[in-house]
Amino acid sequence: MILEKLLSNEVGKKLFLLGNEAAVRGAIEAGVSIAATYPGTPSSEIGNILYYLSKDTNIYFEFSVNEKVAMEVVATGAVSGLRSFTFMKHVGLNVASDSFITTAYNGVNAGMVILTADDPSMFSSQNEQDNRHYARLAKIPILEPSNPQEIKDMMIYGFERSEKFKIPVIIRTTTRISHMRGIVELGEINNTINKINNTINNNNILENVHWKKGFFKKNPDQYVPIPKNAAQMHKNLILKLEDIKKIDNKLNKIYSPSNTLKKNFKFNLAIISSGSSFNYAYDIVNKYNLGINILKLGFTYPFPEKEVLKFIKNLDGVFILEEVDPIIEKEVLVIIAKHQLKLSVFGKLNNVFPVIYEFSPDIILNSFKNFYKIANKENNIKNIVSEFNSKKIKINDYNQNRKLKNTKLNNLVENLPNRPPTFCAGCPHRSTFFAVKRTIKELNIPENNVIFASDIGCYTLGINPPYQTADYLLSMGSSVGDGGGFSKATNQLIMSFIGDSTFFHSGISPLINGIHNKDKFVLTVLDNRTTAMTGGQPNPGLNVDGMGDSAPEISIEKIAIGSGAEFVKVINPLNLKKTIETYKKAIEFNGVAVIIVKYPCALIKGLKKKKSMEINYNKCSHCLDCVKILACPAISIKNNKIVIDYLNCRGCTTCTQMCKEKAIKVKDSFR
Amino acid sequence: MISMKKDIYSKNPEFCKNSYTIYICGVGGQGIIKTSTIIGNGAMNEKMNVVMSEIHGMSQRGGAVSTELKIGNYKSSLIEEFNADMIIGFEPIEVVRSLNKANINTKILFNTTPIIPSNITSQKNNYPDIKEIIAILKENYNYIYPINGDQLAKESGDLLTLNMVLLGAATADKTFPISKNKIISSMKDNLKPKLHDMNIEAIEKGYEKIKSFQ
Repeated sequence: MILEKLLSNEVGKKLFLLGNEAAVRGAIEAGVSIAATYPGTPSSEIGNILYYLSKDTNIYFEFSVNEKVAMEVVATGAVSGLRSFTFMKHVGLNVASDSFITTAYNGVNAGMVILTADDPSMFSSQNEQDNRHYARLAKIPILEPSNPQEIKDMMIYGFERSEKFKIPVIIRTTTRISHMRGIVELGEINNTINKINNTINNNNILENVHWKKGFFKKNPDQYVPIPKNAAQMHKNLILKLEDIKKIDNKLNKIYSPSNTLKKNFKFNLAIISSGSSFNYAYDIVNKYNLGINILKLGFTYPFPEKEVLKFIKNLDGVFILEEVDPIIEKEVLVIIAKHQLKLSVFGKLNNVFPVIYEFSPDIILNSFKNFYKIANKENNIKNIVSEFNSKKIKINDYNQNRKLKNTKLNNLVENLPNRPPTFCAGCPHRSTFFAVKRTIKELNIPENNVIFASDIGCYTLGINPPYQTADYLLSMGSSVGDGGGFSKATNQLIMSFIGDSTFFHSGISPLINGIHNKDKFVLTVLDNRTTAMTGGQPNPGLNVDGMGDSAPEISIEKIAIGSGAEFVKVINPLNLKKTIETYKKAIEFNGVAVIIVKYPCALIKGLKKKKSMEINYNKCSHCLDCVKILACPAISIKNNKIVIDYLNCRGCTTCTQMCKEKAIKVKDSFR
Repeated sequence: MISMKKDIYSKNPEFCKNSYTIYICGVGGQGIIKTSTIIGNGAMNEKMNVVMSEIHGMSQRGGAVSTELKIGNYKSSLIEEFNADMIIGFEPIEVVRSLNKANINTKILFNTTPIIPSNITSQKNNYPDIKEIIAILKENYNYIYPINGDQLAKESGDLLTLNMVLLGAATADKTFPISKNKIISSMKDNLKPKLHDMNIEAIEKGYEKIKSFQ
């Protein structure tokens, strides 16, 4: 994708866009002025694109230190009259939640949209929480797109509604929607909304920036939620929601099947669905002639009670298809109870559809097959409900594949080696973990007496053999607080690992806590000069900001010293001997020892490799330590010989330093 | 009253009209997402409806990568079990891993050069023999097209053109819904001009290779 395409002024032009690209186009069309995020899959690409396009689109964009700050940057933008946009992965909203929930009370003056990207089946996350709950918790409207076109359209719709009702709006996507590509028809770019208004400020300085500036009109009664004000604000919020319920929206729509052949089934059934689940429902209903209507919900909070009531009141039964939690299902059950309707609901709560993980066309088809197998033999729908109620809870296997018929073929499939992600060749994390493990071995500390408190980043891959350097993990920054907790709870050796970006995100307060409370653990900050896991975004430790401009570089070392740490060392992890020595001292230290291992990520573009390594077969004893203990993807065994793939090798020399026969040297052609 | 018993297995021919589904798999860094985007873009230019699913995340760290493309009336981007019309494999064992999407008539086109998982020595299973993989596949599927894609890519000027070799090969199959020339123009929309000549050559090489099978 050549990004400039997203700037096109051609209304009606069609582009084949990723959901995240469509979100950026939506922001551009809506005339966003302020955007902020902390990177997280599956929403990362939105930020990566804004990094390149912000200046072309009159958008101020930053990679904030964490999602809570991003939320605050965007909330103040919106209250100052600028359309503002924040986006984050689902667990990011947990971090932002403290400010997020109060944004509903404070309200906005210009549109504010919060895109949360959920991750059903946890392709790249620590949990599969359903962020639609947050809409209910905060009393903030939520939209659920099903494809890239809808993401773009709902961005614009979201800004308009947000502005009209002076309340933020959530757009909830899932991995399948954010990472879906589809045809998107471009709309008009609203150039007037975010027109730059560079003016002289109070200090007679020309504010020469590429984005529009707003003005914050004071009103403490509305913007300072002290208890007296908050009580009034909550009341106003409830009244706002009542108004929002009254609006007609085009986002909730009935899809009638193309083929009505089988409308005369003995029970009158239909489907209510949203997001990705709607796509599966639509395809299965139409492909297999189920002949039932689908109500697609795009606007799911405040729940469209009137539309749903109208849709279900003459039905015998309704299927509810949604990912992940049974939220719509419970809303429908409430409507049925409230209006004393007679119809039955078939969803997750009565074991018709699986309760967790993402859906797929196969899962939906199989669930329907199961349903109709039972429905065919029953003449009273209540009996079907009883039968499903008595079934065991339905949980699909995480990665379910049917067996193939041919035995030889099936054996081949079932006995394939797997291909887990690993540390790249030249990754400084490998060098660090190798040194840590070597230190523990040299000090004769039993492995089960060492607790590795891990964090969120590439280094979590240390969980895999041969390193196994992840024993406990909760969330961003948790390695530091966990280190402190374990040091109070046990007498084991505690080694905490956190990345540079994660340290800035949530590692600083627990570090202060640990030092103040006299904890004893070794904290390693793996400073690889980027936010690597999500694709290499800048962070405050670098001299560049979210729009590529120069910015002050914040020193992790000074933060550690300023937090009161008395043992702070900055080392290059590629120097194995020095690294081991430093770890030995850190382990002896009675307190929180901070080691900052500083070396750039092997994936940073533009880094030239200076050398490549090769095996000296005269010296190699074939001990396989470099293959089995170091586990570098550039080193493998071919035809019973150890070989180094010189294209893949980054020349980090960790193998040279660890080889006890000194059989790995710099490749001649690189000398 | 109509029973749903048998009918749920029968497909609606109107809905299935002009449907074509492609599963693409391999290892991170082989150009799989770019290939899929070029196909999708090509289909869009031909006024077809198309949706695609891609899984990112750990792809740069040597993990498996796959995409699914569905051309036709579909809204969902996931291919049903045994329902792929074509599988394009960039790596032999990744093709084997994708067989739950294949049926006996699926066109299975793949690069025969293995990429051995870096942790193979610590795994229970060995990397299977390529000749044996091909033999077992031929016993079970009607259309198996193994090609030495790495070799053809190097001949085209760069190993990085592997993806266009395989895409060129795909266009040679008569069921493939987008012509070679339309794929070339979609490639030009999606790659920098200085890369065009090399990738046209790669597409042609892949195309000729499959033509020689038929």
